[in-house]
Amino acid sequence: MSDKVTNIVLVGVGGQGILLAAEILSETFMLAGFDVKKSEIHGMSQRGGSVVSHVRYGKEVFSPMVPEGEGDILFGFELMESYRYLSLLKPGGTVVVNDLCIAPPAVLVGQETYPADMALKIQELCPDCLLVDGQNLAIEAGNARAANTVLLGAVSKRLDIEEKYWIEAIEKMVPKKALDVNLKAFQMGRGLK
Amino acid sequence: MKEILSGNEAIARGAYEAGVKVACAYPGTPSTEILENTIRYREIDSSWATNEKVALEVGIGASFVGARSLVTMKHVGVNVAADPLFTLSYTGVNGGLVLVCADDPELHSSQNEQDSRNYAKFAKVPMLEPGDSQECLEFTRLAYEISEKYDTPVLLRTTTRISHSKSVVNLGERTDLVREAKIEKNPAKFVMLPGNARVRHVVVEERTVQLSKDGCSMPINRVEMRDTKIGVITAGISYQHVREALPEASVLKLGMVHPLPFDLIREFAAKVEKLYVVEELDPFIEEQVKAVGIPVIGKEIISICGELTPGRVRKAFGLPENAQTTVEKLPGRPPNMCPGCPHRGVFYTLNQLKAYVSGDIGCYTLGFMPPLSAMDTCVCMGASIGMATGAVKVLPPEERKKVVAVIGDSTFLHTGINGLMDMVYNKGAATVIILDNRITAMTGRQENPGSGHTLMNDPANAVDFELLCKAIGVKNVRTINPLDLDECRTVISEEMERPETSVIITDKPCVLIKREGIFKAGAPLQVVDESCTGCRACLKIGCPAIEWIPSSGKKGKAHIDPLLCNGCDVCSQLCKFSAIQEAK
Repeated sequence: MSDKVTNIVLVGVGGQGILLAAEILSETFMLAGFDVKKSEIHGMSQRGGSVVSHVRYGKEVFSPMVPEGEGDILFGFELMESYRYLSLLKPGGTVVVNDLCIAPPAVLVGQETYPADMALKIQELCPDCLLVDGQNLAIEAGNARAANTVLLGAVSKRLDIEEKYWIEAIEKMVPKKALDVNLKAFQMGRGLK
Repeated sequence: MKEILSGNEAIARGAYEAGVKVACAYPGTPSTEILENTIRYREIDSSWATNEKVALEVGIGASFVGARSLVTMKHVGVNVAADPLFTLSYTGVNGGLVLVCADDPELHSSQNEQDSRNYAKFAKVPMLEPGDSQECLEFTRLAYEISEKYDTPVLLRTTTRISHSKSVVNLGERTDLVREAKIEKNPAKFVMLPGNARVRHVVVEERTVQLSKDGCSMPINRVEMRDTKIGVITAGISYQHVREALPEASVLKLGMVHPLPFDLIREFAAKVEKLYVVEELDPFIEEQVKAVGIPVIGKEIISICGELTPGRVRKAFGLPENAQTTVEKLPGRPPNMCPGCPHRGVFYTLNQLKAYVSGDIGCYTLGFMPPLSAMDTCVCMGASIGMATGAVKVLPPEERKKVVAVIGDSTFLHTGINGLMDMVYNKGAATVIILDNRITAMTGRQENPGSGHTLMNDPANAVDFELLCKAIGVKNVRTINPLDLDECRTVISEEMERPETSVIITDKPCVLIKREGIFKAGAPLQVVDESCTGCRACLKIGCPAIEWIPSSGKKGKAHIDPLLCNGCDVCSQLCKFSAIQEAK
């Protein structure tokens, strides 16, 4: 096992299921035999605020926070939030982002406008970017709420972890009645090029 | 067995393994999840107290009759619990007592970033500070041993990045203690009258000296020798950032941050060329190290404000920063009240009435945010009422009418009730609105004495706010439906005019309450495009379900997201054109 620590940053909007996705990632890495640390802020951020979760794994992990400019993968649930936290990504890092815009309060009330061309701007700064139509793929899998699992599948393809650990973690963390849909959503995401 | 646990989960596990029988707390970010996890262990009696002082007193009571007890709170909660804490230091314990205080550097969810380590020194009690979840479990267990061995309460300090971070933990087994709780009278130790307390003070001073000495050989105070050019004294989460940013540096990792093991520090200082202290917030370790004559660099390079990150530590030591992508400025995404939140109509009304709103701590503090913009003060739990009393004492009559205190159900029961009693007693002519949403919402929906259930999910008495207010002498008590804007406006403005204390109680529950039969969502509403004139009146309540679509129609129209709307109907009352209707 190399000493290299792999850094994943999950970003989005409170209520999108970011914390569950981060839990599944952490569980997977532990099952695969790695040291894992995960850090996030919950509290005020639950009320529709911006949410960031850091997940790090490797032989030995010290800080639970991904150092600025050292993120290997930015796992984005919403476009503007993904763009906002690009500074955490290392140059040449990978972005897997949901093709979704959620208007923040100032945009909702018409005081500001949602910035234009967020997807394009992310792709310009990070050429290794996969834009995922999470919502529609999740509906295809059987439930619009499984969008985060589609994204998780896409992220899993970019990490060198055996598939069985992902499945085991999903089976452990996802409620039974939603399991089939989520496993299907995961495979759909994993199949994305 | 290995599990990934948060610091809070690991502390709960550690308490279970240590044989704790009683756990008591008032919820507060980032400490709340500790008690939400002790309930997983049937052997522990877990409960929410009305406030942190009561929580600590419950813990003390259990300790004095021989049981191990756990008390948890956020940093500012220790201010409330400080009174019993300082004298508990004198009495010492019978069964071990651990008080967890969770600090919040960077103010992720707090009103200040006080450094609770100062309490350890001030109250003269030992303090342990874990650096990850494994240490949270182990230090909790150890804290009970120290508590009983040295006859002292022990503070266990975490910070948000310890409480809410997860890491891999090896679980142990529960130690079942032989000792049973029983009454053992010992007035010289437990009755702190001056004659007894004088004697105990000497014991406290001796204890601190002994702990400082013994700390030098405690394995939790650990020297890691690497390159000797730089030596760093650090503790808690800062240790992790130091290892990340300065992997070659020698480190003295302190597991016990009070009292400090000065002989060990001297020994370490002698082995390295340049000595640093890396600590968040106050120069707590640094000043004490300097005071014993050891030269050290600390706050010269590290800010007192905010939390540390690996990058901030690198920067402090003059190391090059990583290349980073810079992005253009974006609209912020602050938290907001939920769609259908019963607080929204009240704050809209207070804004319209141009009230001077004496605020308090809870979800409703978000009434400060635009477009509601109806909160003028926020200091601490329960302060809204006392501050309103102070303001009306000195304001001229026309201004006095504008003073309205707003306070949630849980905050009112925490420390607001004393303020109200004082307001009535001293004839404060202000209006108090108790925003009773039947839950402690901001910290994640905890039960309280007004909600009708306990932490262990047993049915319990629910405080009758109306009767309570009348019993303490409030003559004008009115209950309103906060989702009815006309009622809000009529009742609040009438009570503001009244030259004596008034209480208005709102009676709609938090929309996030999951217990059946409490919150019932209405049918989602929609904007009828043909009727919407684009007047923007509905945007004044800042509901996340309503979005302004500038491209719709000639000058833009409102749109309601049917997935977010739960039909509270407040927006439709603002629409003069009947453009907001039940969705078909």
